[in-house]
Amino acid sequence: MINARSFRRAFSAMALTLGVVVLLAVTNASTVKADEANRVIDITAKRFAFTPNTVTLKKGEKVTLRLHSEDVTHGFFMRALKIDEVIEPGQTKDIVVNPQTAGSFTTICDHFCGANHGNMNMTIVVE
Amino acid sequence: MKKPFDRRSFLKVSGTALGIGVLYTAVPLVAGGETGEMMRWIGKKNGEATSPFSFVQLSDAHVGFNGPPDPLGTKAFERAVEMINALPQQPDLVLFTGDLTHDTEDKDVHAQRMKQFMEISRRLKVGKIMHVPGEHDAGLDGGAMYREFLKDTYYSFDHRGVHFIGLDNVSRAKPEIGPEQLAWMKKDLARFPKSAPIVVFTHRPLFDLKPEWEWFTSDGDEVMNLLAPYENVTVLYGHIHRDHEHTEGNSRHYAARSLIFAFPDPEQVQQKKPIAFDKDHPFKNLGIRLVNEKAGSASSSTVSVQDVELTLQEFSEINGIQQVLKQPNL
Repeated sequence: MINARSFRRAFSAMALTLGVVVLLAVTNASTVKADEANRVIDITAKRFAFTPNTVTLKKGEKVTLRLHSEDVTHGFFMRALKIDEVIEPGQTKDIVVNPQTAGSFTTICDHFCGANHGNMNMTIVVE
Repeated sequence: MKKPFDRRSFLKVSGTALGIGVLYTAVPLVAGGETGEMMRWIGKKNGEATSPFSFVQLSDAHVGFNGPPDPLGTKAFERAVEMINALPQQPDLVLFTGDLTHDTEDKDVHAQRMKQFMEISRRLKVGKIMHVPGEHDAGLDGGAMYREFLKDTYYSFDHRGVHFIGLDNVSRAKPEIGPEQLAWMKKDLARFPKSAPIVVFTHRPLFDLKPEWEWFTSDGDEVMNLLAPYENVTVLYGHIHRDHEHTEGNSRHYAARSLIFAFPDPEQVQQKKPIAFDKDHPFKNLGIRLVNEKAGSASSSTVSVQDVELTLQEFSEINGIQQVLKQPNL
């Protein structure tokens, strides 16, 4: 017969196991996403600029753009490459891009971030 | 080949290239036309006569801005006010499509700029001045200060048979209208027949004009879907600091010039940078130069007029709006 204490123990063990499984799934998903890319490019947003201001990709190359914000919430938007992300401060956001068209693409912050927000942009060059 | 033009059934809107904005004239024509009937219906509902009237669109004064692209500050805005006051027939309305002020993170200074805007606009003899905010008015505080001075950031009203809808696509962090305002707009439109003449005024373009310069509204397509069934829609906006025309379905979209500095044609340049100030032609690219060229005179006091006729799509095929140039001097 199962008493209340052993039920709680069994339940706690099950919950812990389930939690580990979920954590692994998330970690694996993240790892798989990053591993699929040939390289990772860090991009930092800080009012009112992105650093670096230009990144160069190769057509057909899968790349992870790792986005950070050093101050407030920013946007990362480029219609032609179908990028529309929000970068929260203190968090890292990975996006995988695989551009199929060569060109120079202006990418903007489209989340109003202050009085000079309209000038916050960077360029993604696809060769 | 164009279909025969039925003069009984159209809303005429005249645009005046003052270089400071655009003067529109709404004219309900002779009895029998469907649009004329709709104008009378809307006007009767509001106890108004559906006689012809005109209105002016102004945009992007950026009061408080004082940078290299325009060291003259509010001079163009004040000149615009003088020119409107000098019109031989006063318009009924002035619609101001955003960026009344230039933003600053000092709230007190921003409030002073709004007060200065109000002081200059109060010089207008026109009795009715309606506004919507731009991102430089409302971006920093979600429109809180704007509402203190000018109340609602979006609303609608009827004027002599025309339904006006002011939309706010700047108070949210992203360039969007948002679900709450879309739901309000859907309800607002529901009471009108499809042939009702509708003028939408807002700050950002409601279509993808140049997304990488933030010249778009991310849910603008949802606004246009709501407007799609209506046969007679004009959208007036600012933000891009240059004139531009665009047709989408039954609607025609017009951008007004700025009152502070101009942006270049995005098809010609890659970088979004204001056109440099020309001290010899201080109002160049704000439109005054165009006025002088059309008048063939060096005097900026001579104003040429461009009349624009907006017609129902069904009578003008793909053009949607007939533009007829006249050049009387004011």
